[in-house]
Amino acid sequence: MAVLNKEQREVLLDPLVNNNPIALQVLGICSALAVTTKMETALVMCLAVTAVTMGSSFAISVLRNNIPSSIRIIVQLSVIASFVILTDQILQAYMYDVSKQLSVFVGLIITNCIVMGRAEAYAMANGPIMSALDGLGNGLGYSIVLISVAFFRELFGSGSLMGITLLQPVTQGGWYTPNGLMVLSPGAFFLIGIFIWALRTWKPEQVEES
Amino acid sequence: MLQHYLGIFVQSAFIENMALAFFLGMCTFLGCSKKVETAFGLGIAVVFVLAITVPLNNAIYYALLAPGALAWIHPSLAAIDLDFLHFLTFIGTIAAAVQIVEMALDKYVPSLYATLGIFLPLIAVNCAILGASLFMKEREYNFSESVVFGLGSGIGWMLAITSLAAVRERMRYSNVPEGLRGLGITFMLVGLMAISFMAFSGIQL
Repeated sequence: MAVLNKEQREVLLDPLVNNNPIALQVLGICSALAVTTKMETALVMCLAVTAVTMGSSFAISVLRNNIPSSIRIIVQLSVIASFVILTDQILQAYMYDVSKQLSVFVGLIITNCIVMGRAEAYAMANGPIMSALDGLGNGLGYSIVLISVAFFRELFGSGSLMGITLLQPVTQGGWYTPNGLMVLSPGAFFLIGIFIWALRTWKPEQVEES
Repeated sequence: MLQHYLGIFVQSAFIENMALAFFLGMCTFLGCSKKVETAFGLGIAVVFVLAITVPLNNAIYYALLAPGALAWIHPSLAAIDLDFLHFLTFIGTIAAAVQIVEMALDKYVPSLYATLGIFLPLIAVNCAILGASLFMKEREYNFSESVVFGLGSGIGWMLAITSLAAVRERMRYSNVPEGLRGLGITFMLVGLMAISFMAFSGIQL
């Protein structure tokens, strides 16, 4: 990490654990959970969100001195929507199957609070390079939660990872009885709750006052 | 015919509840559910905005954006496919509609504006609103179906957030483990609610 100075490193790494967008700031859960039944879709979703967050933070930061503050939300939304359209077209062209599985959730990146939140809170006040790093860091922080939830949901819900069977299910003559709860929506809620619990036990300063 | 619309309504409000089955509108769902009063106000605003924007986007999509939709202007335009613009158009329509509704309420129904006013700008970027429009497009609803779908998913979302707020108000008297306080236990609660809403999936339509 010799290419980055201390401040840049902080902006990039802080959102991973200390200031995780999902666990601490409660941002961007909307579209996150529906795509985590399988590792493959979760990975593609992470890539898409990270790319959009980074790109839009960079673009908005470049434009920040020319955006009138009264219409900034609309301008930000248009920039973000353009990046999402780009991502969606690329996915449809090169990964058609995954794009079909993600269905409306690619489009919902537009209203993902992380993208909007970083544009509003960071990119409007900082330079392009720092904003891009901040976008990348937050995208990665989001990816950590998403991938770990998807890991457990796919492993226990269908006994496989990335489509490769690890625990042979009973239906295919194996020994493992898949946990149906994991592939349904309640399983995702419980897993995120447990993830937050674990993170806050490790970092007690994140505990909320009751 | 009536049965068909009733089916769409029940499906969007209960079986495929926006918040509990598709995780849409989660940010506001968790952020604004500490008190029943605010949760209910927000819920009403969501129903209102969904019932307006979903049919509106439906009309715009089939008049301008769908493949070959421009044929009504001139037959030579039939080859144009503006489908890729639907993200930008939908979010633009939603933002504009919310702004217009806000101004109209402020002028003509000040009492309603006083209750809903603060929530309306927040709703413009709520995933449940955009999500409903995207589902409408994906499932190819016609105009009258989209009215029922918008209304149904709004009511489902309102029910979910109001009941979550009621549960969270009671939670104040419980002794929750330290790391789980606040956000963590709320996720567990939403999970339990999602299980109870799954009971509706047995309904045969």
